Amino acid sequence: MLLSLVLAPFAGSLVAICIPSHKGTVSAWWSGAIALFCLATSAGLYPAIANGEPLKYEIAWLPELGLNFTLRMDGFAWMFASLVTAIGLLVVVYARYYMSASDPVPRFFSLFLAFMGAMLGVVLSGNLVLLAIFWELTSIISFLLIGYWYHNAAARDGARMALTVTGTGGLCMFVGLMLIGHVVGSYDLDVVLASGNVIREHPLYTTILVLILLGALTKSAQFPFHFWLPHAMAAPTPVSAFLHSATLVKAGVFLLIRLWPVMAGTDAWFWIVGLAGLSTLLLGAYFAIFQQDLKGLLAYSTISHLGLITVLLSLGSPLAAVAAIFHTINHATFKASLFMAAGIIDHETGTRDMRRLSGLFRFMPFTATLAMVASASMAGVPLLNGFLSKEMFFAEAIETHRYNLLDTVTPYVATLASMFAVTYSLRFIHSVFFGPPPVDLPKSPHEPPHWMRAPIEFLVLACLVVGIVPSYTIGPFLHTAVQSVLGPATPNYSLAVWHGWNLPLFMSLIALAGGVALFLIMKNYLATSIEGPPLFRRLEGQRIFERVLVTLSWKWARSIEMRAGTRRLQPQMRVLILVALAAGAIPLLLRGFSPAEIVVRSIDPVLGFLWLIGIICAIGAAYQAKFHRLASLVLLGGAGLATCLTFVWLSAPDLAVTQLLVEIVTTVLILLGLRWLPKRIEQHDEQEIMTFPVRMRRLRDFALAILCGIGMMLISYTLMTKSLPETISSYFLERAYSEGGGTNVVNVILVDFRGFDTLGEIAVLCIVALTVFALLLRFRPATESLETPEQQRVQNAFDDKHPDRAKGDSIAEYLFVPSVIMRWMFPAIGLFAAFLFFRGHDLPGGGFAAGITMSIAFILQYMAGGTRWVEERLRIHPLRWMSIGLIVATATGLGSWLFGYPFLTSHAQYADLPIIGKVPLASAILFDLGVFSLVLGATVLILIALAHQSVRAPRAQARAARSAAKETV
Amino acid sequence: MELVLSVAIGVLTASGVWLLFRPRTYQVVIGLSLLSYAVNLFIFGMGRLRINAPPVLEKGGAGGLLTHTDPIPQALVLTAIVIGFAMTALFLVVLLASRGLTGTDHVDGRE
Repeated sequence: MLLSLVLAPFAGSLVAICIPSHKGTVSAWWSGAIALFCLATSAGLYPAIANGEPLKYEIAWLPELGLNFTLRMDGFAWMFASLVTAIGLLVVVYARYYMSASDPVPRFFSLFLAFMGAMLGVVLSGNLVLLAIFWELTSIISFLLIGYWYHNAAARDGARMALTVTGTGGLCMFVGLMLIGHVVGSYDLDVVLASGNVIREHPLYTTILVLILLGALTKSAQFPFHFWLPHAMAAPTPVSAFLHSATLVKAGVFLLIRLWPVMAGTDAWFWIVGLAGLSTLLLGAYFAIFQQDLKGLLAYSTISHLGLITVLLSLGSPLAAVAAIFHTINHATFKASLFMAAGIIDHETGTRDMRRLSGLFRFMPFTATLAMVASASMAGVPLLNGFLSKEMFFAEAIETHRYNLLDTVTPYVATLASMFAVTYSLRFIHSVFFGPPPVDLPKSPHEPPHWMRAPIEFLVLACLVVGIVPSYTIGPFLHTAVQSVLGPATPNYSLAVWHGWNLPLFMSLIALAGGVALFLIMKNYLATSIEGPPLFRRLEGQRIFERVLVTLSWKWARSIEMRAGTRRLQPQMRVLILVALAAGAIPLLLRGFSPAEIVVRSIDPVLGFLWLIGIICAIGAAYQAKFHRLASLVLLGGAGLATCLTFVWLSAPDLAVTQLLVEIVTTVLILLGLRWLPKRIEQHDEQEIMTFPVRMRRLRDFALAILCGIGMMLISYTLMTKSLPETISSYFLERAYSEGGGTNVVNVILVDFRGFDTLGEIAVLCIVALTVFALLLRFRPATESLETPEQQRVQNAFDDKHPDRAKGDSIAEYLFVPSVIMRWMFPAIGLFAAFLFFRGHDLPGGGFAAGITMSIAFILQYMAGGTRWVEERLRIHPLRWMSIGLIVATATGLGSWLFGYPFLTSHAQYADLPIIGKVPLASAILFDLGVFSLVLGATVLILIALAHQSVRAPRAQARAARSAAKETV
Repeated sequence: MELVLSVAIGVLTASGVWLLFRPRTYQVVIGLSLLSYAVNLFIFGMGRLRINAPPVLEKGGAGGLLTHTDPIPQALVLTAIVIGFAMTALFLVVLLASRGLTGTDHVDGRE
């Protein structure tokens, strides 16, 4: 049940994103169903948690790190979950009518559901790390939601600001949560909640507190991080109604309340939280009065109310915590309805500017009445729910908790802020609904569709009912929530409307009277004033934020890049090699590495002679690579051949076969490439350019290269002369036949023991081949290499000189006898490939070798006959071969699941075929077949893609000629 | 035997690294190939060098490191050879494309 509550919104979100964008209504119905399901689930869970025992659901995830997927629902989490799902459902209904058909509505609902899921995840997490993960999710999805109209610059900026501020806070909070885990020794919420004393007395307490508060206060838009919230109003109104009433900003409050039992009650807590809360409460209310945008007013009022909750939490008394929880619910109900009302006004009139709106009461009396009741609740008028929690707040503000200045000023600030709240609530109502009829509005105002108003009606009804008979409606649920937070410390509190003539009531009366008076004084000023409060207009958090961002992400980043970075490859290479050299050398030197004594007499003459040639080839290849590419390629092949012979000599036939074949293919490949690489002619003045700096640079590179070489030589010599330690090799040697069913251990390792690695490897090969293919599809060869090669020109010139020959004859006859032999070779090489393939499991060979052999057979045909000739006769579909190979290999692996074995378990058996005799028939051979097919396809694809360039070249030539002609014109 | 192979590894490494520092793309491709020979030989050498040791088991039998060659470095090098080919192919094509696009074969795409 708990799991489905968290997973359903995410699953629903995935479905919703698949709904085509013109079917907006379908996605609305779908999200409504999901939200209703979540609400019903949450409601159904109430009896299970009502007795005070939290409900838990746990899946081991990384238990060794203390990280489990734990969901935990107690009364408080239940209250929040119900709030989130209920308001979510109402907002979905509202959004169904609010969103216009031209918007991509399914994307909206998909994000909306995902956000609901993330929020439920935060609320229901029973593990601190999980909580942090869901917390980050809410930041990211809120970013997407606020930036939903991404064609609008304000939406983009607002979204980015919200993400930057809450994301930074989230990271700090994550560190704080990790520290808690470190102090307590567990991330489990139950354990953490039970170890409040340990945390409070730990020397790291202040650090933890500051980090966690950074997370909570940024999320809840507390001063001085409040500035992102008004900018987030660029979001569609349903988003604001959801994010800024019940969810996103309440996540911070949720965390504060959740950790209240373990963190609160200290001086540090009181000062930081109290100062932030009190200033937010006052400034938010003050700013709200001077907003001209309806949603701006509501945004600042939200900030102020969140400040109120924060102040309550800072006090550290249980009664204040009760008030905080209660006000969280109340604020969610009236603020959601007010946002929706503001959305309706915007929707029906086309503007949110209070200077332009007036007298709407006569056009939309129902909406006006609802908005009036909701804003009366916001102002704290008696008989409404806002009044109850405000009275509790006043009562707590008067109480003396600590003997310091902050505690003394709290009641005065509270009354003043409450007065401001009355003023802005009055202003909201008066400027929109009363006064003369509006002039030149973008739309003619009228009542919205009934169902668009229904969510507001419901919420306002809730405000009224809770406000009049609190103990019969919200009472028991609130009590469960309070008990789950405070436990045995739960105080006695009364939810009655009438407490007699006491000080809080007088404060309320002062606030009401003062607020009305203030409004009357300022009415005329506000009707025409510009946006923003006097005195503070210049002090904009946003501007500071932007200044900081520019400095950090532009100025500093650029200067660091200028100083430390380079776009040139060669310095990067040098740094890379230097680091590699140091990383190799330093540990060896620290551990006292001493190279083994070099004994000269043990030189093997065969190997010695072989590598004499090999070394000459390697140095030659390095020396010639600049100007004589072909020579360098030949010499490289020489070094490769020496490597190959080394494998033969040192009992590694498998490697020798593969190396030889790959050597052939590589050489052909580079030869094909050389065709498109214009010659680099050695210039004689090259010697003169060898100035002193160039010489020094070369000398440095040379020294570095020599150093690497000597290092590798010493390490390999030392290691090779030491005796072999015990490795897992003997495991494979012992089991290759008995379990893998093959005698060629190397092949058995590749296709059986480590089959998964091989699967990954052929996938890489596949990706590389496709990349090469894609790169060559749009390939534009260097213009210098476009003309026909010199050899062909000579041959054509020869044909032209002899009257009895047609042009192209020489080319056709070139190497005639060898090309006939090459054509005949095709079946022979094919047979050899099959031979290599089938013996692979028991004798040297296998899928890799066979695949490359077969591709050589194909490329030989291309060389002999030319591209067109081959493709008229053979069906060559390397892409298809590759996909078949990948499918066969994966299917073989999956096949073992059918028999209840893990992925890629192989089964070995010998089949007795007539004439041929015993044939090893392990299921691994199927896997090897996949490898074969893929290697063949990939190699052929790479080679052919390059070979095809000569067919395309005439077209490219024509194009180049055309553009040249254009230029001359 | 070991000495010869380690000198060979050293020379291949040095030539490869030298070419990596050079400014021409083709030099870098060749350098990478040389370096991969060196690395393959090095990995192979970690199974120790054996002449005339059987790399294949008797039918029905089990082998040991005393009588047979070490299969793990061989398996590693086998895949490394194929991947090395793929890498060379990729870099070669990138080289060609870069030459066609920028008109120079300098590694930075400009002289």
